[in-house]
Order: sequence, then C-alpha cells, then structure tokens
Amino acid sequence: MSTPERLSRDDVAHVAALARLELTEEELERYTGQLAQVLEHAKDVSSLDLSGVAPTAHAMAVVNVLRPDEVRPTLDRAEVLAEAPEVESDRFRVPRILGEAP
Amino acid sequence: MKDGWVMVIGLEVHCELKTATKLFCGCPNLFGDEPNTNICPVCLGLPGSLPVLNERAVEMAMAIGTALNCEIRPSTFHRKNYFYPDQAKDYQISQYDEPLNANGYLVLPDGFRVGIERAHMEEDTGKTSHAGTSGRIHGADYSLVDYNRSGVPLVEIVSGPDMRTGEQARAYVTELRAILVATGASDGKMEEGSMRVDANVSVRRSEDEPFGTRCEIKNLNSVRSLGRAIEYEAERQIALIESGESVVQQTRHWDEDAGRTSALRSKEEAYDYRYFLEPDLVPLVPDAEWIDRVASSLDPMPAARRAALVDLFATDGGVSDAQQDLVTTVVDLSLDPLVIAAASAGVAPSLALARTANEAAKSAEAAGRLDPASFVALLALEESGALTATQAKTVLAELLEAGGGDPAAIAKARGFEAMSTDSLAAAVSEAIDAHPDEWSRFCQGDEKDEKKLTGFFTGLVMKATKGQADGKAVAAELQRRRG
Repeated sequence: MSTPERLSRDDVAHVAALARLELTEEELERYTGQLAQVLEHAKDVSSLDLSGVAPTAHAMAVVNVLRPDEVRPTLDRAEVLAEAPEVESDRFRVPRILGEAP
Repeated sequence: MKDGWVMVIGLEVHCELKTATKLFCGCPNLFGDEPNTNICPVCLGLPGSLPVLNERAVEMAMAIGTALNCEIRPSTFHRKNYFYPDQAKDYQISQYDEPLNANGYLVLPDGFRVGIERAHMEEDTGKTSHAGTSGRIHGADYSLVDYNRSGVPLVEIVSGPDMRTGEQARAYVTELRAILVATGASDGKMEEGSMRVDANVSVRRSEDEPFGTRCEIKNLNSVRSLGRAIEYEAERQIALIESGESVVQQTRHWDEDAGRTSALRSKEEAYDYRYFLEPDLVPLVPDAEWIDRVASSLDPMPAARRAALVDLFATDGGVSDAQQDLVTTVVDLSLDPLVIAAASAGVAPSLALARTANEAAKSAEAAGRLDPASFVALLALEESGALTATQAKTVLAELLEAGGGDPAAIAKARGFEAMSTDSLAAAVSEAIDAHPDEWSRFCQGDEKDEKKLTGFFTGLVMKATKGQADGKAVAAELQRRRG
C-alpha cells in the first residue's frame, strides 16, 4: 500500500478487504476519517530529528533468545478438539475454502 | 527446447529440518503421527502463547547456508498474514527482508554455478485435506485440518534465475538434495514432502532480451515431474507468444497424470501479505564464533566426497564414464565410506566401487549401517579367489540382511569353500574329454571362436560344480592346458 499524504477511502476499502471485513458505505466513510486521525497522530514521530538514530527492529536491545531442541508435553487431543466448532476424523473441520493456498 | 527460444528457470525449495521439535514450540516434529497429536497453544495460535526460537533449527539453517556458500547475516522474523486454515493464527512466521542466509551459490557436478539468492527460516503449515469427489479444493464441500505439521521448521532456498534447461533444474535439485542430506539438516524425501520444489519459468528469444513474464509451478513431487513440468510450461508459453497472445503472470498447478499445468490464480489477485516484524521474537544475530563452530562441524559435502572417490582411481588413469555414474550413485546414497574403507585396506578401487554401487546400493539403508570391516573382509575374500564373484554377491546380500557378520563364516555355512585346484582341474578335464571337437577348435581357433568356447567350457564346469568354480580360474586353466 502506498503512503499518500492523506489516507484515502480506497486505502481503507483495500485494508478492509484484506481483513475480510464487509463495510457499508457509511462505515467506510467513518473509518477513513478515524484511521486518518490515527496516522496523523503517528506522524508526530516524523517531526523528530532522528538522523543520528539507527533503525531498530525491536524495542528491546536483546538478540538470540533461544530454547534447546527438547520435546515438551503436547495438549490432549480430545480436550482440544472438544473446543472446535466442528470435528471429523480427529481433524478440525472448516467451511469450504474459497481460493487456493497462498 | 524449440529453436529460437531460451528458457529461464529459478527454483524455490522448501526443506523441512530434522529437529526433534518444532520451530517455536516443544511439540515433536514427526511425520506420519496420528492427526492433531503434536499440538500445543503456540502452534495452535491460542491467545497469550509466545513463540521461542529452536536453537538446533537455527544451527541447521546456518549449516545449510554454509554449505551453499551464503553470507550468514543478522536476521529478523516477520508475520506473513493471510486467511487460510492451514495456519491457526492466520499468519506464518517467516523471514522477509533480512534472511539468515543470502548471496550464495551451488556448483552442479558439471561445474555450472547456480546462484542462491537466499535461504531463510520459516514455519511449515498444517495439512489440509479437502472433502469431496475431486480431493482438490475446487468443488470441496469442506476441509479438514491436521496441525501436526504446523510450526515444523523449514528453510526456503531461493535460487537465482540462472538455469536454462530442465536438465539443469533436475541436476540442481538432485545436488541440493544431496547437500541437504550431507548437512544432516534434512532427509531430502520429496515423496514425503520433506523437500518441496516450486519452479519459476519464463521464456525469451535470446539471452540479450529482458526476462519474460514468469509463471510459478507448484505440486512438483519428484525430480522427474520437475523436468517434465518445466518443459511443458516453456512450450505453453512459447505457443502463447507465437500466436500473438501474452503470458499472464500466475501460479500454476502441475498435474502429473495429465502431464500439464493449469492456472491456480493470477498475480492480479496476488496476496498482499502485509508483512510486519514479529513483535514476539527478537532478532537472530549469529556472531563469528557461532558461525565458525557450525561451519567446522559440517561433514564433507557431496562434491568433495565424489572427488575423494575419483582420486582413488588417479593411479589407474582416472574413472570411466560408467564409473563416474557409480561414484555419483554411491555418494547420493552416502555409501562412500564403504568404498574408502575397502580401498584403504588395499582392495582394488574398481571392485570396491562396483560392489558398493551395484550390490550394496540395492539395500542402501542396511548398507549404511554395515560395519565397513566386514565389507572389506568380504572383498578381500573375493580378491584372493577364495570366493567367486557370484558367491561374494550372495554373501554380501546375506550380510546386509543380517545387519553384519563374519563373511568367512557365512561363506562356510553356505558351502562356499573355494574349490581345490585338483577338483577344478578334474572338472575341466571332464568337460574337455566330453567335447573333444570343441576342444580342438579351442586350441586352433581364432580370437572370436576362442572367446565363445571359453564361455562354453566355463559353463560346463560351472554346471558340473554347481556354480562353485571360479570362472576366471576355469579360463586360466583352459589357457594353461592349451599351452
């Protein structure tokens, strides 16, 4: 998505489609305004002079958090599947998938 | 390939790592278990669960990067967002703009170099099966999901658009598979899906033209289907262009039975994955000491091991083409230690190579477990003439089936005592006396006749001794008698 001066209605429609949200015309209008405000707020950061600050990937100055390759207990299948909306052959049954795997 | 056209191929290979556990949780990484038994809050994406990176998976990924001559670099993890039930959390954790390994290369056995753009870490997805008549997603009424594979560590290896023929693509996958197996990171089983290949194919009229529009082919389950699919796809694109149409950038599915590719989706409807940094994982920054430690723990790669076998023949004027194929087979099956052990014990390299590639290779798994000492002992018996070639093969088969043993004892138990010189001579005499005409022809015969008659007499002696005689010894005896 491009980053225009101001968030457009099309941008919001695009993001909504990606999130599988069905918005009415009125909602689109309302969220475009609200989201634009959020972005305006975030823009405050760009007013700071950060020329001497290196980009950081993470808020914490920590790297290489690792665990040993050791097997840990798994969940009980019956317990997990009992929470699923639908189950068949010990698998999660999901509605018809529209579109191919990504 | 049609005259006047050049094909351009780049390959993406997903390789499952042979860790004990998944990439971000301690669930077992096992193929073929009962569905949904290896699952936990992390790989089910339950709220509040947090991923923690598997150290062994990182080292295997670094080993792969090292073996592919990559730079190993500071890297980060991203979320790749999409709606598809094969990931319970609706995103896949992958590496995006900062992959662990980049800018490497792989050298094919013929010396051709294929660039490796990157080899990054990511998690595998769950397995969906589609209920309905077709078994495919179209027309399915619903789908079933097994999350055992969800979160299994993968390395995705992306080649440059460097290959130009289906043959090169096959050679690349074959060599890459051998390298992955040699690093110990993968079992390289395409048929079980632990190694999966996607091919990007485009065509153009000459190397000077810019790249044509490419299509990505999925569902390539063997090296053979890879070659077929690439060639089919190139022909399809050429036909389109020659008829005045243009290639649409799209993902296509290879149908092995029909021998054709069909469109899955075009790039206009391509996914927008909205990658963003995974906030639950910190950067992975291997230091020089760690990189060196992984590199120094690597076993020799297939190319070096093939060279070591070829070196055994240096004093005999090198290997023949046929022997070169045997060398490739032996290294592909990781049976080269048998040949090396036998040759260092003084067995002729040609015999060691032949027995390994032709006989031991038939039960490659058992041969991999065989104590090289008993293999060497067997070949020594054959070389000394105590066992004939046929007998040696029988004993080897039994050694492999039993998982080892003393070749001399097996030979004895089977009654494979070497024939005494006297009984061999007696059997030869008997054959000659029974066929005086053939014998006199043998004695005067030209070269071709002699060869045929040697076979004739050897056959008679073999029959009389129930295969116990050594064919070479019979031939020598016949020559001796002719004078």
